[in-house]
Parts: sequence; structure tokens; C-alpha cells
Amino acid sequence: MGGPDWVYTETVKDHFINPRNILTDEVEFDADGSGTVGSMACGDEMLVAIKVENDIITDCKWKTYGCASAIASTSMLSVFVKGMTLSAGYKITPADITDQLGGLPNHKFHCSVLGDRALRTAIDNYLEKQGRDNPFKGNTAVIICECKEVTDQDIEDQVKRGVTTYEELQEKTEIGTVCGKCKDKTLELLHEYNHLYGGSHG
Amino acid sequence: MNERTIYLDNNATTPLHPEVIKELTNSFNIYGNPSSMHFFGREAIDRVDWARDKIAGLINADKDEIIFTAGGSESNNMVLKHFLKTSASKDRNKLITSVIEHPSVLETVRELGKEGMEAVFVGVDRKGRVNIDELEKVVDDKTALVSIMLANNEIGTIEDIRKIAAIAHKHGALMHTDAVQALGKIKVDVDNLGVDFLSFSGHKFYGPKGVGGLYIKKGLKISSFIHGGHQEKGLRAGTVNGPGIAGVGKAAEIAVLELEAESLRLIKMRDRLEAGLLTAIPDIYINGDTDNRLPGTLNISFPGAEGESILLYLDLEGVAVSTGSACATGSLEPSHVLIATGVDIENAHGSIRFSFGRFNVEEDVDYVLSILPGIIEKIRSMSTFSKKGAE
Repeated sequence: MGGPDWVYTETVKDHFINPRNILTDEVEFDADGSGTVGSMACGDEMLVAIKVENDIITDCKWKTYGCASAIASTSMLSVFVKGMTLSAGYKITPADITDQLGGLPNHKFHCSVLGDRALRTAIDNYLEKQGRDNPFKGNTAVIICECKEVTDQDIEDQVKRGVTTYEELQEKTEIGTVCGKCKDKTLELLHEYNHLYGGSHG
Repeated sequence: MNERTIYLDNNATTPLHPEVIKELTNSFNIYGNPSSMHFFGREAIDRVDWARDKIAGLINADKDEIIFTAGGSESNNMVLKHFLKTSASKDRNKLITSVIEHPSVLETVRELGKEGMEAVFVGVDRKGRVNIDELEKVVDDKTALVSIMLANNEIGTIEDIRKIAAIAHKHGALMHTDAVQALGKIKVDVDNLGVDFLSFSGHKFYGPKGVGGLYIKKGLKISSFIHGGHQEKGLRAGTVNGPGIAGVGKAAEIAVLELEAESLRLIKMRDRLEAGLLTAIPDIYINGDTDNRLPGTLNISFPGAEGESILLYLDLEGVAVSTGSACATGSLEPSHVLIATGVDIENAHGSIRFSFGRFNVEEDVDYVLSILPGIIEKIRSMSTFSKKGAE
């Protein structure tokens, strides 16, 4: 209906109403690499599938469970990633996606974070299937807690600053305070970093 | 973009009844200060007293038992905060409420807990009914107040306030109910419920926004909430909102006359929408208590379709609803009410509340039934859910 504008830009609205490149038939598309990130429990989950020729992304299709900005972010990503080198695709940031969309409301920024990570996961998957070394991996932080967007680097930083227990970490970062599905992974990393930095012995 | 608009968000707020608009328009011309002794003041206070009488009539109270406030949230704050002042140093220091209350109760009780009172939150069952066994265990001789909502705003579940009030009183505690969603929709009788305090809000039953009130049972006294004047028995200083109060009075007058027939009409539309959606869309779930539910409220989870997306696609078609999805609230946590009833977090994200009101007609149901199945199919087809379904 008409009346006052949505909280979203016209570009977001357009990609939400007319999403591009939805992955309708996975068999037919026969992706060279694909990756899923997020979870329905956290409110958004994305699957990105790519076709690759000579290290150029020639096609990109997707599926997204999520709000309008999550849908529009993946749709937009699938459009502008075509023709990019794997290297360039790997460097896409959430800001690149939101810029293309003409911006997102502040509290919706989280929803575009998934797009770039889904693409990186798809590229990782492609290289792995090819049996090739991954020259890109390890240069970026990995999100451990989808809900509160806490990365492995955040956990490492907190341990360096003296955090030793899961409860202390939750107090500082709110990690695992929504769906809690990341607890095992977090405890594993916490143990590892405590071991590395001697927190639990200090 | 869309000529047709259908408002199905009447639990959020309601349009004004045309008779209320007339009342407001007339009352805006009564400009005297209701506290003044001259003719202009007397004319204004007459209209406020008339409205007080109408509200009292709607809940079977005496008009001396009604205090006007700026709305339901203020009424809830007013009654709850009173107990911090009186109970902090005494033996009755416990506040008991439920986990599905409106934020104006939940957050206030939480705050009072930080300030020295003992705050207890009782759980609910899958239908959203307060666990009576659990309540009986926590209500004791140290309990100052039990505050449980009469009907829930999100799922429409109606609580057994009469029974809960009896439990509170058995231990000498007082009973408050937030009846904001109930007034004008179901019969509310303070004697029958056995409550000591009851909060209401005008804009939930076709009155203006910014006006509500608190019923305080005769013989009970609470402390002043806003100091600096004798208005509303000294509990709430400030020039009385005469026109707004008159508008709420008119809304109450209409509600008394039409409540019964209107609630039957709402139930019929709501039930037809519910049955139609259950038939047309696979894998959906009704939230709340279908045996004890507000007449116009329908809360449904659509797994695989996120709530904000559903809301916005419906908005494009001119249909206004609300959702328990986190994405629509700006936080990352979905509806606390649905989670408390044990709804899966995924299904809470995919929940939509339809709430009917007096301006809805049967054709609205037909229209929603004609567009929503297609919307859900579209959203599910682009969702990772569709992949899972195929596995």
C-alpha cells in the first residue's frame, strides 16, 4: 500500500519483492561450491551456491530464511558477485552489500553479515572440492555465535584480557545468550585460548 | 500501490469509534480546567465524572474506584511502584507476576527486584495459562502483591484471575490484573474476578490514545505517583485530560451495549480465518489457548517463513498484522510470550498475530485467505526451509 515509506530503501524493497537468482533446483544448477551459514533459530539462514570458471564466479544462486533485509542482501550479492574473481569475492564485506542496497537500518546490519560469510563458505567449499589449497582462509574472523555475532577473535581477545570462564565471557560478549547452540564450540575455543594464554592457570 | 487496506492489528491499537470522534470533538470545546470552581470548570469536571461513571459501569465498579492515567503502562507502573514504598521495610516484600506479562509489568517488577523487593516470575503452560501449582507454591505470607494479566496481548490467552486472586487473598496478599487487552472484548467484572487493582487503556477499545486508568478497590489506598496537585485523589497531579477521558467514557458506554454481539461476530471471523488457513497452508501451528482466548485474536506460526517477511508481503497487499519475530523488534530475541509457552524459537520467528476489531468484515477474511497461502509459498520457496523439507 502507499503512505509513509518503509524503513528500507527502494532498492531493498525491490530485491525483497522481486528477488533475483533464487536457487529453485539444486540438481539442475549443479553448483561448483556451496555453503550455508546462520540458523533458523537465530532468525536467518542463508545458502549460497556458485559456479566457477577459471577462478571467476560465473553464476550465483541462493536460498534465504529471514527478514526483508536478509532476503534483499542475498539477492543483491548474487547479482554483483557475478564476474568477480574468487579472490575479490572472498574480500566482500557486509558494508559492500549494504552500500549496494543504499544502506540498511542500523539494527538490520546483522542480516547482511551472513551474505558475505555464506559466499566465503561457498568458495571454501569449491576449493576443497577441487582439492586445492585455500589461499584466502585464516585471514578473516569466524563468527561463532550467530545470534550475537561474536567471533573467534573476540573470544581470543577476551581471554587475553583475563576472561577464563564461559560465564565471564557471556557477561562481556553476550555469547550464547539467545539460542545457545554455539556453547560447545565456544567452550572448545575457550579451552584452547585458556591453554594458549594461560588464563585458567593465572 | 494498493487500494484496499485491511487492519488486522487491533490488539496493537484500535481506530476511534465514530461516536467517540463526535464526543472528542464536542469535548475539545469544553476548555475549562476541570479543577476550576467557575462555570467553565464545572462543565469540564461534569464530563469527566460522566466518563468515570461509564468506565465504572463497564467493569462493575463504583465511580469512586476509578483513577484516570495516561494509559495502561502508567497504571501498571503506578500500582506496582506503590509496593516498593510500603513494603521495602516491612514483612510483605514479595511481588509475584508471570513470565508473559506486558513489558510495563515485567520490566517494572524486574526493576523493583533490583531495588530490594523479592521479584518472582511464575511460568505458563503451552497454552499460555499461568501454572497454578507453581503459583500456589510461591504465594506466601510475605507476598505483597500478585499481578497477572487478564488476557495476553500476543496470543489472547485468558487467565483464571478469579482463582489466582483467591490464592493471593488466602495469604493476605493483594491482587492486580492488567486488563488492557480484555476491556471491551470480554466481560470484566471486578467483583466476580475478586481483584483489588485493575489497569485499562482507552485506545484498545476504540477510545483515544494516551488515556487509561486504574481501578482501586474501595478502602485501599496507594501512594501518589505524580506529586504536585490534588487531581485524581492526589495520586496523579496534573490538569486532567478532559476531552480524552470523555472519549474513553463514550467508548465504555458503547462497549457495555455492544460487547456481547460484537464478540460473537469477532469469534466467527477469527475462527473462519483460522480454519481457512489450516486448510490452505501445510505445516502451520496455532499458538495460545483455543478454549480460553480473546474473541478477535489469532496467533499462528508459519515454520520456514520468517515473520517480518510475511508482515511486509501482507503490507504490500494492504493487510496490517504484527509478528513475534525478532527481526521486527530490532532485538535478536523473538517474542518472550511464545518462548515462555514452549514454542520452538524457529516457530516464534515465524509467528503472525491477526487481531480483529469492530471495523473488520467477513470480506476481510476472504481477502486474507485469497492472498496469504501464496505469500507463504513464495517465502518458503526461497527459504532454506524448502531444502530441508525435501530431504
